[in-house]
Amino acid sequence: MQEKNLITGAQNTWCPGCGNFTIQFALRNAIRGLVSEGVPLENIVLVTGIGCHAKMSDYLGINSFYSIHGRTIPVATGIKLANPELTVICCAGDGDAYAEGLDHLIFGAKRNTDITVVIHNNRVYGLTTGQYTPTSPFGFRGKSTPQGAPEEPFNPLTLMLASGAGFVARSTSRKMPHLTGIIGQALRHKGFSFVDVLQICASYFNVSELYDRQGYELSGHDPSDFTAACRKAEEWDYNTDSPIAFGLFYQEAKPCFEERFSRHPVSNVHPEEQIRAFLEKKR
Amino acid sequence: MYDISVLTGGRAGDGINSAGLLIAHLFNQMGYQTYLYFDYPSLIKGGHNFTITRAAEQKIGAHRDQCDYLLALSQDSVDLHRHLLSDNAVILFDSGRVHGQGQGIPVEAILKAEQAPTVMGNSCIIGAFAKASGIPFDVVETVIRRQIPKVPEKNLAIARKGYEAVLEERVIPRVGTTCCPLVNGNEAIGLGLLHGGLDAYVAYPMTPTSNLLHFLAGAARDFPLTVVHPENEIAVMLMALGLSYAGKKTAVGTSGGGFCLMTEGFSLAGGAEVPIVVVMGQRTGPSTGLPTYTGQTDLRFVLHAGQGEFPRIVVAPGSSEQAYVWSSIALSLAWKCQVPAVILADKTLCEGTYSLDEKAMIVPGTGDPAKPGSSRSYRRYEMTENGISPLQFPPLRDAAIKVNSYAHDEDGITTEKADIVRLMTEKRKRKAQALKGEIDLLECVKTYGMGGARTALLCWGSTLLVCTEVARRYGFGVIQPIVLSPFPEEQLKAAVAGVRILIAVEENADGQLTLLCRQHGIAVDIHVDKLDGRPFSVEELGARLKEVS
Repeated sequence: MQEKNLITGAQNTWCPGCGNFTIQFALRNAIRGLVSEGVPLENIVLVTGIGCHAKMSDYLGINSFYSIHGRTIPVATGIKLANPELTVICCAGDGDAYAEGLDHLIFGAKRNTDITVVIHNNRVYGLTTGQYTPTSPFGFRGKSTPQGAPEEPFNPLTLMLASGAGFVARSTSRKMPHLTGIIGQALRHKGFSFVDVLQICASYFNVSELYDRQGYELSGHDPSDFTAACRKAEEWDYNTDSPIAFGLFYQEAKPCFEERFSRHPVSNVHPEEQIRAFLEKKR
Repeated sequence: MYDISVLTGGRAGDGINSAGLLIAHLFNQMGYQTYLYFDYPSLIKGGHNFTITRAAEQKIGAHRDQCDYLLALSQDSVDLHRHLLSDNAVILFDSGRVHGQGQGIPVEAILKAEQAPTVMGNSCIIGAFAKASGIPFDVVETVIRRQIPKVPEKNLAIARKGYEAVLEERVIPRVGTTCCPLVNGNEAIGLGLLHGGLDAYVAYPMTPTSNLLHFLAGAARDFPLTVVHPENEIAVMLMALGLSYAGKKTAVGTSGGGFCLMTEGFSLAGGAEVPIVVVMGQRTGPSTGLPTYTGQTDLRFVLHAGQGEFPRIVVAPGSSEQAYVWSSIALSLAWKCQVPAVILADKTLCEGTYSLDEKAMIVPGTGDPAKPGSSRSYRRYEMTENGISPLQFPPLRDAAIKVNSYAHDEDGITTEKADIVRLMTEKRKRKAQALKGEIDLLECVKTYGMGGARTALLCWGSTLLVCTEVARRYGFGVIQPIVLSPFPEEQLKAAVAGVRILIAVEENADGQLTLLCRQHGIAVDIHVDKLDGRPFSVEELGARLKEVS
């Protein structure tokens, strides 16, 4: 089931022009990069949620846990905790990570689990045919908000910075080489890596023109400067028409969650002996 | 036959549970079988708490309403429990806090003289109790040295002063020389899971299984065990499934409210065939209900939890020994058959402390999981005769291990094709039959005192020991299905054959086991319910049975 080109034979059902294609190939290429550096392919595990993005589990010929809506991060945390040797990647949608499973996203950053979280942020629910998400602009006319979305979006970058994420980046499905580079950096960062990918939805929210016009690549920014990262993250509020920076906003090396658990060497003592010892104290 | 009950009451924060447990240990050293019931409200400091420590010469697991000794650390303990005292009960009280009849102990003055913290007041009370009941001081010394090993000398000095502060009243004789381990149900479940090879335990605190989390978090120092307390029960379940996918035998623990949040993950476990064990400690519902009291109201919930149809294991142990044995079995079978399993307990079992019969801790083998073939052709959902696919974990060379919440093919790739969906549904049905085959090899239905009994009590879970005790007095038999899914229909039908009157005893209103039996063509004649969140006492169940039979 492991294909040489990492793409399975599953029929691809993304819409023509979907931003997911770019993310798929960027992720595939970033994984190939890791493998070329000696990471065994079987040590890589992909966890996806539910939504268009999640089909990545079917399309990439690698270990995968196609989980449920909003829950990629706890699954990935469990996998990493079980075996810290594994490289664990979450692909999640904005509905997944910012709505249904927002708590897990914040806790993922807080714990600094060594996983890479790629958010396919198309700012719309695609698979359920076009409703607003936590990052849709104010007034977004979707099927559940025909009068326009009654709330402002939140800014996932400032949220992640506030939550303690040690790697906060943004890219876009409009820039495949940039995206490949950022995902590659995220995979190599030891700790919780967060990449918000502004992805266009060809069917329900195609804002290619906006991202092309307002987008620019960060340069001269010091990713170790937290204050500068916050300022840069606030430049665009996911709502108004200001410049949109792509690149690595913040990076900090910190101890990882799974390293803080003591690991017992494999024991030859049958648990029954330890159980008997425990019971002896209870007598 | 000696049968003694000691009620210890005080304010929350006084360490009443510890006091009750120390008294149980005194009885244990005197050769008695013991049972400790702990009754407490949902608060941290100040409210009224009490324990009933019972000691008898035969196995017990229920409290009595007629206590022979009252140890009162608060005025409420005297005022609220008059109806729980026998006519000539021995009353000892903390004279600094309580006014009443009986012998007073100047606890505060003793602690002050010894410059000891308030928490050591328990030792004073224990000492006084030993004197009043004629238990030799060397027994007190043994218990304190074993159970409070950190600062035994000071506790012993205080216990000695308590001992000297009162007069002997009614003597409790030594009845044997054997001591049992005293463990609560949570500990028995935890030890059973460890016996079954538990690698990881994930839980969010919730009464009555919080103490299982605490116990295993402590055990993680000695056992190769990972214990995690995540942000909520949704994360608990999904993190556990991640651990399980990567090869760790994992369990989670909760109560009904937490299990509500876990059900989406429970269904995922069923559909994606990721093994998991859920320890479900019932408490009084619905909703928040009575957080620190008991109930048997979630049987139908766990039998039906999760969308879709998938096989599951539900076991309801009724004693500490069964909790140990069946927790181990549940974990092994969940892994062998790749299904979710529920250990259905309740506050009474989880937080009750019992004399553990080590001879009854024999776990039957459940055989090894299916052997995988070569990794090059590995398919996570390979079709097999019994519906159970070989289980492998990443990293597996030359293989991609794909699990999937969607309907999927043998490789774990999403499919909507009608024929594959049907084949996978049939695979899960075959797996359900294989699981039933495994269950049928085990003694899933226990019977007690059935020789010639025309009337039998039908019970499940923690009511077992109150039922067996009361049934003995009435000459009734007792029938206890331990496994509730897959339902052991044949074993239960064999057990009820010849019974004229079958009386179900359940701590719920609807008669959940009664209804389940009816589905399987087993008629229950009478249903004895319990609606107040308190476990049956021996006297209460006796009276209820007298009314109906």
